[in-house]
Amino acid sequence: MLPPSIKKEVETYVKENKLTAAKAKKAQETVEREYTYGKVDAGEAVGTIAAESIGEPGTQMTLDTFHFAGVSEMNVTMGLPRLIEVLDARKTISTEMMEVYLHAPYKEGQDIKKIAEKIKETSFREYIKEVNIDVLEAVMTIALDSEKMALVDASPDKLVKILAKSAKGVSFKADGNTIIAKSTSKSDTLKEIYLLKEKIKSIYINGVKGISMVLPVKRDEEFLLVTAGTNYKSILKIDGVDTARTITNNLYEIEALLGIEAARQAIINEIEKVLDNQGIDIDVRHVLLVADTMTMTGKVLGISRYGIVKEKQSVLARASFETPLKHVFSAAMHGELDPLNSVIENVMMNQPVPLGTGIPKLVMKK
Amino acid sequence: MADVFIDHKFIGTVAQPTEFVQNLIADRRAGKVQSSVNVQYDADTDNVYVEIAKGRSVRPLIVVKNGKPLLTPQHVDQLKSGETQWFELLKQGVIEFIDAAEEEMALVAIEEQDLTPEHTHLEISSIDILGIITALVPFGDYNQGARLLQGAKNQKQAMGFYAANYFVRMDMDTSILHYPQRPIVTTLLYDVLEYDKHPSGMNVTIAVMSYKGYNMEDAIVVNKGSIQRGFARSTYFRPTKAEELRYSGGLMDEISIPDKETRGYRSEEDYRFLEEDGIIGVESKVAEGDVVIGKTSPPRFLSGVDEYNLVTNYRRESSVSLKHGEKGTVDFIMLTENDEGNKLVQVRLRDDRTPEIGDKFISRHGQKGVIATIVPAADMPFSANGITPDILFSPHGIPSRMTVGHLIELVGGKVGALSARRIDGTMFNNENERDIREELATYGFQEDGTEVMYNGETGEELQVKIYLGNMYYLRLKHMVANKLQSRARGPIQLLTRQPTEGKAKEGGLRLGEMEKDTFVAHGASLLLKERFDSDKAIVPVCERSGLVGFYDGRKNNRAMSSIHGDESEMHNVEISYAFKLFLDELISLGIYPKIGVKRRF
Repeated sequence: MLPPSIKKEVETYVKENKLTAAKAKKAQETVEREYTYGKVDAGEAVGTIAAESIGEPGTQMTLDTFHFAGVSEMNVTMGLPRLIEVLDARKTISTEMMEVYLHAPYKEGQDIKKIAEKIKETSFREYIKEVNIDVLEAVMTIALDSEKMALVDASPDKLVKILAKSAKGVSFKADGNTIIAKSTSKSDTLKEIYLLKEKIKSIYINGVKGISMVLPVKRDEEFLLVTAGTNYKSILKIDGVDTARTITNNLYEIEALLGIEAARQAIINEIEKVLDNQGIDIDVRHVLLVADTMTMTGKVLGISRYGIVKEKQSVLARASFETPLKHVFSAAMHGELDPLNSVIENVMMNQPVPLGTGIPKLVMKK
Repeated sequence: MADVFIDHKFIGTVAQPTEFVQNLIADRRAGKVQSSVNVQYDADTDNVYVEIAKGRSVRPLIVVKNGKPLLTPQHVDQLKSGETQWFELLKQGVIEFIDAAEEEMALVAIEEQDLTPEHTHLEISSIDILGIITALVPFGDYNQGARLLQGAKNQKQAMGFYAANYFVRMDMDTSILHYPQRPIVTTLLYDVLEYDKHPSGMNVTIAVMSYKGYNMEDAIVVNKGSIQRGFARSTYFRPTKAEELRYSGGLMDEISIPDKETRGYRSEEDYRFLEEDGIIGVESKVAEGDVVIGKTSPPRFLSGVDEYNLVTNYRRESSVSLKHGEKGTVDFIMLTENDEGNKLVQVRLRDDRTPEIGDKFISRHGQKGVIATIVPAADMPFSANGITPDILFSPHGIPSRMTVGHLIELVGGKVGALSARRIDGTMFNNENERDIREELATYGFQEDGTEVMYNGETGEELQVKIYLGNMYYLRLKHMVANKLQSRARGPIQLLTRQPTEGKAKEGGLRLGEMEKDTFVAHGASLLLKERFDSDKAIVPVCERSGLVGFYDGRKNNRAMSSIHGDESEMHNVEISYAFKLFLDELISLGIYPKIGVKRRF
């Protein structure tokens, strides 16, 4: 009756406390009784109850986006929009973010700015102090920001190398703290230089791609980095990052990197985060059921017509959710058989639904 | 160099736009340019817009120069004595009308003491920031903003004396309050609007106390004696109409008592009120189903003249009768023509509406509530002076809504009633609350408006003093008599065989998707089935073809399917009719839905 883990737990308890055989048996029985009592009854509408338990408090949620605690200048989508995002398992979410935990010495706050700067994706724009274009000579002189460069150990020569790789038809030359750019083509050089001015600004120079902002935060005597934008895989490769605790809010990145079980836990965490934030108290088991349903096929599926509804067996159940014609037509083409064994089809046909009092059946004596 | 547009049409350019605009405004104030002309200089786009078109909303403001309003006390005195008039002031440039565009350049002070040299205009009155209806709320500046708006919104639904010629009008769904009163606590707008000529509420004595829990959740307790003395009684009017429409072929409707050959003839009983002209007599008391206007229409499809040249001359009955739950007395009948020149008959019904449990009332502060119980006057609490309140209002409605104005109106009303004068509650400019209370004390009452009261049933003194005073209450047009409805069985829709919807059609109340879910969550499977039984149907299903069959009238009404005919193996299956329709619809789409049948036991 009992699952092995609980059985083992009882056995070790009996052993540790040296219980008599009679007492051991009683303990075993009590645990078994409580376990049976704690189980959901057959025919309980757990899905509907979970949906109502999450849906009803959901109506009271505010649509506000809150400022993330302790992080200045960063808006994080919370509340109902975020909940919908998680449940729909959207591919693109409105505010991607990561919490990057660090090892010592960064953990203590040492060099935290440096590692933050290392992670942040920077483009050439941020290293420019001033751009001058000599119209007659068709030469562009770029003055560099030395302070900024020092943070990421960049030198003008290094920048010239990167620039040369991404901008063709232009020659770059480092001259002290400036870079001189000259077009190598013969005609229309001035126009090209003008275009180049905008183009080189967005050339990727340093950091982790996809991380647009990094903010060091102190939480419980420990420094960590909160980022806007995510790139789970690349971040974990960086030295000094605590790979065990670093987390992203992008479900698909977690699924790809850590597997479906991790994605399930991530769904649970994200939903709980929203609910906590709104001060809504929902029994975890409802959330667990939702997360289980979303991940039971081995990949993350949203609660939408492209996700779990698509996986439903019954044609009528799918048709009753959204876009009925699509489902009816495809069912007709494939000659699908609807066994009529879930709730909505039976409501449609006015038959007892296979739940609760609808489960017991009369059996005739042969 | 700024472009100049007149009514958004390009007209030319000016070198100094600011100066140009100032000159134009100065000319307008001097009367050289019409007062309805407005001008705006938009510095962002460097354009000058001159507006002369009609249809702009404009508002009057007092012109301010060097921090001093041009309107002087002398002007006001002259206005009062009639020496000068509004339009005289407009001509003098003391007042000017400004539209939304020109307002962009103005700095308007709300109060005179706020004026600085930068200000260009002054509001004529500080209540100008409010709408007309909102300004009717007395002591509204003590209220929370949301409540003020609600109070204003609900006042629009109040019954009153909406038009002096109401007895010859055919307005839909209107009520006339029998004894409307002027409010004791007023605002400036009541005089401006001549509210005394069309009041819409009554002054009532109100006690802020609970009564056996009846007035919980915003409900109110009403004194039966007050109702018997005419409190908030009203008459409800509802017109019905019938037209004699013309059809092709020279045929037309006829308003008359239908003869017995008419298709759909009801019974003589139903036509008993109709007079010779087919119209009901004035002062007939009618109820649900009674015919008000007798009418017949020509047949819907003209079946041509047949061989024997006998015109099939039957007419359809299309009389106007009272719908489900309607009743009343015929009040007024009007015979006219409509736009096409057809005969138009309108019959107006009247119905007395005594306040009853469920009728809606509101104070002017957004404190609305329905009557929960009507208590005999003898059982109402009474004060030491023997005053029994008309309404008991629950104190729980006050703290969370913060309608302090409600409380002040209550003392204000009390003082007004005692001193036989009207209290000015105009927002931002009302009589001082402390003065009102001090005045109350001079009449021998508690300064805070409370009084010792006694339990009406036992005569015992109540443990606390009760806040007792007078307020203006409005009866809203939402009455239970128009809304109450229930049904156990009744008409169904032809197509779906499901119950009809809506009160007029004696419809059912829908048990919707979410309500269904609650049954599912409880596992109440069989209850759910029973609830959705309204369109249940037993249909024969062919086991071989899986189709819903039919009964063949030529073969002794035997059930068979359209594919296998006599060889069909039919079984009766109980499903909802809506599902049968769904299957039919699939067939119409070219999809073959095959039902597999299986014995249940």
